[in-house]
Amino acid sequence: MELVEAIILAVLAASTPLLIAATGELVAERSGVLNLGVEGMMIVGAACGFAGAWLTGSILIGALFGIVAGTLMSLVFALMALGLAVNQVATGLALTILGVGLSGLIGAGFVGERITPAVPLAIPGLTNVPLIGRVLFGENGFVYFSIALIVAVWWFLYRTRAGLILRACGDNHVSAHALGYPVLRIRTLAVMFGGACAGLAGAYLPLAYTPFFIPGMTAGRGWIALALVVFSSWRPARLVIGAYLFGAVTILQLHAQGWGVGIPSQFMSALPYLATVIVLVLLSRARTGGSTAPAALGTVFVPDR
Amino acid sequence: MQLVLEKRSERSGTIALVSPLIAIGLTIVTMVILFAILGKNPLLALHAYFIAPLTDGYSLQEIAVKATPLVMIAIGLSLCYLANAWNIGAEGQFLIGAVAGSWIAVKTQGTDAGAWVLPAMLVLAAAAGALYALIPAICKVKFGASEILTSLMLVYVADLFLDYLVRGPWRDPHGFNFPITAEFDPVATVPLLIEGGRLHLGSIIALLVVAAAAILLGRTIKGFEIRVVGAAPRAARFGGFNANQLIILTFAVSGALAGLAGIIEVAGPVGHLQPGISPGYGFTAIIVAFLGRLNPLGILIAGLFLALTFIGGEQAQIAMKIPLDVTKVFQGILLFYVLACDSLILYRFKLVFPNRKVVARGAG
Repeated sequence: MELVEAIILAVLAASTPLLIAATGELVAERSGVLNLGVEGMMIVGAACGFAGAWLTGSILIGALFGIVAGTLMSLVFALMALGLAVNQVATGLALTILGVGLSGLIGAGFVGERITPAVPLAIPGLTNVPLIGRVLFGENGFVYFSIALIVAVWWFLYRTRAGLILRACGDNHVSAHALGYPVLRIRTLAVMFGGACAGLAGAYLPLAYTPFFIPGMTAGRGWIALALVVFSSWRPARLVIGAYLFGAVTILQLHAQGWGVGIPSQFMSALPYLATVIVLVLLSRARTGGSTAPAALGTVFVPDR
Repeated sequence: MQLVLEKRSERSGTIALVSPLIAIGLTIVTMVILFAILGKNPLLALHAYFIAPLTDGYSLQEIAVKATPLVMIAIGLSLCYLANAWNIGAEGQFLIGAVAGSWIAVKTQGTDAGAWVLPAMLVLAAAAGALYALIPAICKVKFGASEILTSLMLVYVADLFLDYLVRGPWRDPHGFNFPITAEFDPVATVPLLIEGGRLHLGSIIALLVVAAAAILLGRTIKGFEIRVVGAAPRAARFGGFNANQLIILTFAVSGALAGLAGIIEVAGPVGHLQPGISPGYGFTAIIVAFLGRLNPLGILIAGLFLALTFIGGEQAQIAMKIPLDVTKVFQGILLFYVLACDSLILYRFKLVFPNRKVVARGAG
């Protein structure tokens, strides 16, 4: 029983950064912008988040540092891809390359330092309930926030007028523009939201997952988050399922390594990446009837006046 | 008053020529600011980065050695990008090529295998790189899976595979437990061009690749098809060009070139297989491809320039304790400026005065 509980806790912990980053990217993509720089924004968020927490001793301020850093990075992307109408794929790649360098530069002084990680919630009585107690009432704030975030995004996209307009921009920017909606401004806000989420997801890693910063610690999670958005068919509910499934794969391979299964650890570590490829193939194949992607995703829009 | 983009009626040839230079200029200005923030003398730092490596023969050779993989990979990537196929996993194809070629070197070690070893390594590496690149290409063509994500995911897989080999079956038994293979035999090593120098045969191969790409793109129907499919997919369909076939072709070629670059790096300057054989060549090559305007000659120049930043970065670290990550920041910023300046080939800035426009319309 305790093992089951431990595994569920570990899966939640591994899934949370994927869920947060993918939620942000989902909103950006729903507005029609493909920002491939998630990995870059995450890694800068990780470095800045750790720096903030180490300097102030506060996990909350660290998380805010991460959010601000991710947002600033996304503004660079918005300036290029939306302001200057540059190819979004190339700009996203540039953002990741820049982010990896910047995070190394920012984090260099903090390698080897440790902080006290985010403390899990503890409600006497409830948290002690066997099996579900710690899973439901013993998580750290990031986990609860990630769930609140995806619910809020679902509500925003499908239950508010603003969400409808945002989706309209993503499906047909010419029509949205003709109706008088400021397409580029809406997209900029969506990209900034994506950046804030990626920054927070990055900051989660040194603040709650491991209490230290190492260069390259995002290890492709930003790219997996991008794949998750495809996996979800751009729908929030499926995104949650996808993120937890991926967290489960990550934890499964870690445990398998620990149990000493006769497979080299490198092969187990490769599992999440291989799973991403396989899932992308299976899903794309199942979806031959027509794409569920926002119709204007990744296309350049320059309003004519 | 508002600054907006406006589409040019035709692409500006002047800006197409000068935009890489503007981009480099802007990057250098940004770097001066960054050096000042880091508390380093910007002029000395720029000298260490861009001038010092050009002043001695050893560094000049080293630039050519570093440019070799960059140019080879970037040529392949440029074909993909021209055909609008996004291979961003060249780093993985580079590693798999290195692994496949090293297999022959490791297996023939200490035997009296003859001069066939190196050519066989090169061929096998190119084939393995091509096959590895075909995975995302086929997933794209057959199933519609995003080649961007699958090719990138396979980089991590290749990295882990190489790690497994050099820590496990291929580890040098006399290597003090370091994760490296034994030094390759002379028959499995890329020959040097100058005795006792650094320059090796790989640089000549890179030049041949540049020439071949220039002929392919400028003089053949296939090259024309690649450019049309990327630039005008609709026209290409009417022309009967098979876009899927071109995705397969460009991925295979770029994978082969990345794999070849991988084995040349391992059997040349490195001399054995180990983790970390690439300081991100596969990703830096993306910058090289764009800085070189996806043009073979441009890529050659851009590759030499980015190689200069690698060498300059190392020298600046030794001489002025400037962190190596500054080089990556530099490369990232450079790519941003290149893309931004390229935007001005198709668009121009225009000042708009919303109020006056309304008046003008009313008067008209």
